[in-house]
Amino acid sequence: METVIKVENLIKRFGNFTAVDNISFEVKKGEIFGFLGANGAGKTTVMRMLCGLSKPSSGKAIVAGFDVDKDAEEIKKRIGYMSQKFSLYEDLKVWENIKLFAGIYGVKKTDIKAKTDELLRELGFESERETYVKALPLGWKQKLAFSVAIFHEPKVVFLDEPTGGVDPATRRTFWELIYKAAEKGITCFVTTHYMDEAEYCDRVSIMVDGRIDALDTPKRLKEIYSAKNMDEVFQHLAKKAERQAD
Amino acid sequence: MKQLLSFIHKEFLHIFRDTWTMMIIIALPIVMMILFGYAVTTEIKNTNFGVLDYSKDDLSKGIVNKLKSSEYFIYENDGYNNYQEAEESFKNGDVGIILVFEENFYENLTHTGKANIQILADGSDPNTARTLVTYASSIINIYLQEKNPSPTPYQITPEIKFLYNPQLKGSYNSVPGVIGMIIMLICAMMTAVSITREKERGTMEVLLVSPIKPIYIIIAKLTPYFVISVINVIIIFIISHFIMGVPIAGNMFWITILCILYIIVSLALGLLISTIAHTQVIALLISGMVMMLPAVYLSGMMFPIENMPWILQFISNIIPARWFVAAIRKIMIMGVEVRYIVNEMVILVTMIIVLVAISLKKFKQRLE
Repeated sequence: METVIKVENLIKRFGNFTAVDNISFEVKKGEIFGFLGANGAGKTTVMRMLCGLSKPSSGKAIVAGFDVDKDAEEIKKRIGYMSQKFSLYEDLKVWENIKLFAGIYGVKKTDIKAKTDELLRELGFESERETYVKALPLGWKQKLAFSVAIFHEPKVVFLDEPTGGVDPATRRTFWELIYKAAEKGITCFVTTHYMDEAEYCDRVSIMVDGRIDALDTPKRLKEIYSAKNMDEVFQHLAKKAERQAD
Repeated sequence: MKQLLSFIHKEFLHIFRDTWTMMIIIALPIVMMILFGYAVTTEIKNTNFGVLDYSKDDLSKGIVNKLKSSEYFIYENDGYNNYQEAEESFKNGDVGIILVFEENFYENLTHTGKANIQILADGSDPNTARTLVTYASSIINIYLQEKNPSPTPYQITPEIKFLYNPQLKGSYNSVPGVIGMIIMLICAMMTAVSITREKERGTMEVLLVSPIKPIYIIIAKLTPYFVISVINVIIIFIISHFIMGVPIAGNMFWITILCILYIIVSLALGLLISTIAHTQVIALLISGMVMMLPAVYLSGMMFPIENMPWILQFISNIIPARWFVAAIRKIMIMGVEVRYIVNEMVILVTMIIVLVAISLKKFKQRLE
C-alpha cells in the first residue's frame, strides 16, 4: 500500500518550548487516521506543519510525495482542509461556494458543473443549490464543507475537529461521508474530541505532551491497555500529561 | 488570473449582499456632504436682528433696510422703544444682534462727521458674535461709502479681499475634508473589517491552506474598495460642484491622481490594521480611534494646524489626511499648478511604500 504521509523525527520548537517532540509515523493511502490528544498536546501544530502552514524545526515530513519544508506549495494543491470553525462563506450560495473553492484548486470549469450536480445529488441537496449557506442547518453545512474540501480529489484531507458542536445522529452521517471518501482512496487525517469517533478510525494515534504515546488500531489499543473503550485508553494516557492545556 | 477574477467577484458579492456595508458606502458619503457642507458650517445666515433707533431718520432707516436685504440678516420686529425691550428680546433669543442708533444720528454725521452706532451681540458664543458683528459692520460701511462716495481726505479704508473663496463659503473648506474622511472610512475601515472577518470566521485559514497566492487574497480584498472609493469621489465631486457650487479650479487629471494616491494610502492602512487586529471589533476600534479621529481633528480640515500645540502639529505630520487635504485644497480650490503640490504627493507615495512593505511583511502566509 502506498504511503501518503510519512513523518520522521519531527520536532517543532517555539523558543524554549518544544510543542512537538520528535514524532514519527506513517499513514497509508485510503486510511482513516485518528489523531487524538488533549488540548495543548501539539495536535494542531503537527497538522499545521503537514498542511504546509508552518515549517518544522527539525525532522522530516513528506505529504502526498512532497517535503513540507521545501514544497509547501505543491502539497497545498494536493490536500483538502476543513477546520472546526465552519469554513464556507455564509453569504454565498451553495453553488457559489463550490465553484469558488473548486476554482481555487484549479478544477476545470466543465468539470465543476458536472461534479457539482453529482455532489448535490449524493448529499440530497439538489433543492438547496441556490440557498445561502447561512440558511442551512449546522450539520448540513459541515457535510457541505467536507464535500467541498474533497471536491478536487486530494490525496489527503485534513479534518480538524470536523464534528464539533454537532448532534450524534448528524455525526454518524458525517462519518459515512468520511468512509466514502476513504473508499475512493482519499486519506483522511482526523482530529477529534469524541472518543466514540475514535472507534471509527482505522488507526489512532494519541499525543501526550508533544509525543505520540500510542499508535495502533482501536482494537489493539483496547487490548494493550485492557480497556473497554477508547475513552478509557485515552484517559489512561492523558493523565500522564504534565503540560497544562492552554 | 482566473483565480484572481473569481476572487474579486466573491468580494463584490460580500459587499453587495450586506445591507450595512451597502448603506455605509452609498449613503454615508452623501450624508456627510450634506452634514459638513450645510449643517456644520461656520457661515451664519438668516440671523434675526433688532433695532433700537433713537433717531429714526433717513440714514438709520437706510442702514436697517440695507441689512434686511442682505442674505445674512432678517428683520422681523418693529423696533424697540427702549433699552429694556431690546434686552428682553435678546434674552429670549429672538435676535442675534441689535443695532442701537444714537439720537440725531444723521445730523451728527453731517455736522460733526462722526456718529455712533452700537452693535450688541451675544458674547457667550464669541465665534458667532464676532462673525455677526463683522458682517454687520461691513454692510454698514459699504452702505456709507455708497451714500457718500467722496470721503474726507486722508481717510484710509482697508479693502479686504478673500482670494479663491471671495464669499468665504464653508463648503469650499468642507469638501476636501469630507473626501479625506470618507475615503479613510471606506478604504481603511472596510478593508480592515473585511479581512479580519475572514480570520474570525475561519475562512482565512482555509484560504491559506489552499494553493491560492496570499498576494491574490490581498489584491482581491482591496480591489472592490478601490473601485467603490473612486465612484464615491466622483459622486462627491458632482455634488460639491453642481449642487454646492464649489469650483474645481485645478487640473482634473492631477486631482484624480491625487485622489487615487490617497485611496491607495488608505487601503494600505486598512491592510496594516487587519494584520494587527484579530477580530472585527478590534479592527473597527483601531480604525475608528487611530484613523478616523486624527483624520478629522488633526488633518486641518476643521481646525487649523498652525493653531495646534507643537506636539499635535508634530503628530499631524504622520496623518495622510493632512497632506491630502492640504494638496486638494491647493489644486482644487486655488487651482494651482501641479508643481505646488509635489511635496504632498511625494509624502503620500512614501507613505504607500512604507505601509505596503510593513503590511506585506506582517501578512504572514504562515498564520503564526
